[in-house]
Amino acid sequence: MAVDWRNFEPLLIPKIPNLHKIEVFEKHDGYKQLAKVLKEYTPEKVVDEVKAANIRGRGGAGFNAGLKWSFMPKPDGKPRYIAANGDESEPGTFKDRQIFEYNPHLFIEGATIAGFAMHIDAVYVYIRGEYKAWIDMMQKAIDDAYAKGYLGKNIMGSGYDMDMYVHSGAGAYICGEESSLMESLEGKRGYPRVKPPFPAQKGLWGRPTTINNIETLANVPLVIKNGADWYKAIGAESHPGPVLYGISGHVNKPGVYEYPTGMSINDLIYEVCGGMRGGKKVKAVIPGGSSTPPLRGDALEGVCMDADSLRTAGSMMGTAGMIIMDEDTDMVDVLWRISHFYHHESCGQCTPCRDGTGFLEKTLIKIRDGHGEMRDLDLLLDLCTQMEGRTICALADAAAWPVRYTVTRFREDFEKRVKNTVYALA
Amino acid sequence: MKETYEFNKEDLAEIEKIKAKYPDKKSPVMPVLWLAQEKFGHVEPAVQHLVAETLDIPAAHVYGVVSFYTQYYGERKGKFVFDVCTTLTCQLCGGYDILHHLENKLGIKAGETTEDGMFSIQSVECLGACGYAPMMQITNGVYCNNLTTEKVDSIVDGLKSGKMPEFEQIPFPQHQDEQKNSEG
Repeated sequence: MAVDWRNFEPLLIPKIPNLHKIEVFEKHDGYKQLAKVLKEYTPEKVVDEVKAANIRGRGGAGFNAGLKWSFMPKPDGKPRYIAANGDESEPGTFKDRQIFEYNPHLFIEGATIAGFAMHIDAVYVYIRGEYKAWIDMMQKAIDDAYAKGYLGKNIMGSGYDMDMYVHSGAGAYICGEESSLMESLEGKRGYPRVKPPFPAQKGLWGRPTTINNIETLANVPLVIKNGADWYKAIGAESHPGPVLYGISGHVNKPGVYEYPTGMSINDLIYEVCGGMRGGKKVKAVIPGGSSTPPLRGDALEGVCMDADSLRTAGSMMGTAGMIIMDEDTDMVDVLWRISHFYHHESCGQCTPCRDGTGFLEKTLIKIRDGHGEMRDLDLLLDLCTQMEGRTICALADAAAWPVRYTVTRFREDFEKRVKNTVYALA
Repeated sequence: MKETYEFNKEDLAEIEKIKAKYPDKKSPVMPVLWLAQEKFGHVEPAVQHLVAETLDIPAAHVYGVVSFYTQYYGERKGKFVFDVCTTLTCQLCGGYDILHHLENKLGIKAGETTEDGMFSIQSVECLGACGYAPMMQITNGVYCNNLTTEKVDSIVDGLKSGKMPEFEQIPFPQHQDEQKNSEG
């Protein structure tokens, strides 16, 4: 069931000019939720409220943020950290940069509330290195927040101390994976860690750490302001809240739009984004970044952007970075480019991923160039089976899913390009 | 002739500030490499040794970091580096046409540098500007969005006369469109 989105006013990036300036943010109830939390709430109450609101992680996994916070052990007097994930490298995803640009203080406020809830000493904001301009914006916002006493020692006279630092990445998709991000923050090559131990037990510098997406933390002040029940009433029941949809590809008006979860994909394409370029038909939609399985254009009726609806349709919410492709798109070429990406970005620790991504790309190049055989399609699927779930992190799965589901769902495109090599036994 | 590299007083003061953000001595390596690359234009092995000495960590560790992350220039590049995105959405919207146009215009292939040392081209993976495809980034800095061959030409010509394109603020669509929410 689609939600009422036409009367929705953006909450994460409301229509207020110059909201990125701290004076403007303060004038519009900015940092009031932080003041309320510091004065009236206990850390446990904040965790319970956020858990009840069911803010599902906006970075891809969709895990209840409050539940994640509750995994942090009891404080023992030694440092504890939050790593805020703004690596945003999944192809099709370009939403967190809108928060850095248009409403950075909402994120800072949310991260500080999260810090109070988990007895955190420092928040490291990890932003991909390519976002130089947005790193500077975020740094400016943090400096302003320090100057006004919203960060640093004795925040707003509460006795709570917390620091916030920006850490710039330097070009590595894998650093969006939480344990790889921590390795990168520790000044190492971004190799994902074996879990367990989980970050809440042993994270940054061996200390308890929680990793949350930028957008997830930006939702926190909304929950504190209006309560968990209000928040749960927005969008889809099992996956509530406002979400930043990053829509790109063959639509007339691509861009980032803020609407409730649970919007129908057809509404997003035809109403929000002004339809397809040249009035063409939709061939495929990737709903949440390139690692989520693509949906066929002729099977979009009734499919909505929330975890349950997309699972039923055979895909995932991911980062809500939607890529829309029209009827002229060559799926073999598209799949090759996706595989090239994962081959390039595999960190090389695990053999199934390091070699598997290479084999996938090589096989797809063969098919793309017209030298493929029918049995190569089975080989691709077999390779996927041998990669999925056999590696330290989920990059191998992220590389295998698009291959598995593009080959099965758009099989006719592939069959047209390969030689039929199924022979009868003599 | 072998060039020598060193940090001046201001750099060292900046490095002390960076070190204060992290609890151990290995962690500041990435921001310090960024600082070095901004100053020297690259982080060749001689610079890596300087960073290692300054932070008192093994040079092999610094090399490991430089070679893992694509944005660190372990070897010299042109004065301006065009990072042309060709990943999925940019591919769909003509990223390869932009790349090939730039290659023909400058007479080099992706991964190469022009003879005069002015321009390098790199074909890179998703830069997170998918709604504004095709796009490219200039020397780890400014994003150039919604490229056409004409726009590429004017950017290249501008750079030749020393004019770096400015940061393009892309308005949030819902802030622009008054009609949107009242429709229907």
